[in-house]
Amino acid sequence: MTNVSAAAIDAFGALGEPTRRAIFERLAQGPAAVGELAANLPVTRPAVSQHLKVLKEAGLVSETPEGTRRIYRLDPRGIGAMRDWLDAHWASALEAFAQYVDEQAQEESPE
Amino acid sequence: MTIAPIVHSVEVKAAPARAFALFTADFGKWRPAMMTIGASPAVTIQFDPKPDGAVFEQAQDGTVTLWGKVLVWEPPARLVFTWQITSRWTYDPDLVTEVEVSFEPVGEGRTKVTLMHRKLEAYGADAAAHSESLRNGWPGILASFGEYAGVQA
Repeated sequence: MTNVSAAAIDAFGALGEPTRRAIFERLAQGPAAVGELAANLPVTRPAVSQHLKVLKEAGLVSETPEGTRRIYRLDPRGIGAMRDWLDAHWASALEAFAQYVDEQAQEESPE
Repeated sequence: MTIAPIVHSVEVKAAPARAFALFTADFGKWRPAMMTIGASPAVTIQFDPKPDGAVFEQAQDGTVTLWGKVLVWEPPARLVFTWQITSRWTYDPDLVTEVEVSFEPVGEGRTKVTLMHRKLEAYGADAAAHSESLRNGWPGILASFGEYAGVQA
């Protein structure tokens, strides 16, 4: 759980900044290069690069070189940290449900 | 981009109709204690049993806190409801994810209960909106959840 929580907190922190959130949401629609991202945001290209760096460090975004450009896309592993948390939560919940059904069966129809 | 849905299943010692009834009518009794989102802890969690019916919790003092709504109500086989609960355990009308629960008979008096939590992409925006409080609140929440999960294991 420790690693999951650390990664999740980084991801949440990274997305707390409005421009980074805008970049994240843009990338949710598909991969893009820095230039394309900057063209649609009221910030400079170096600023976009800086935000991308933070998103990358938080594990939310990954980059791949394509010719002379770098293409950015969402990194499923970062979002995965949040998913992992919910996943563990539901696993416990269903276990608790199965146990509850067992207890009910014992109470109502002792064999 | 989509995030893979969360899927879990368990086998329970009850026929589908009874499993469905216990899952919904007794949700407040079997759910982990930390699954409560109101100002005071929930006493019951209720499903208004029809499409568009509310899913809500009720505290000792009668306070009702909305969780989401029923999308599909098909006892004894299938239930779908919206899960609009943030990672801070608060209701957010703008956060819409879905939970589908299916009840499949497996032999005499047994049911395979499969739960799928999907449309998790919505948590991208949720994480952003609540990042600050999450930063403060998560370590504690996760610690208690870790303890809880440890006890359950």
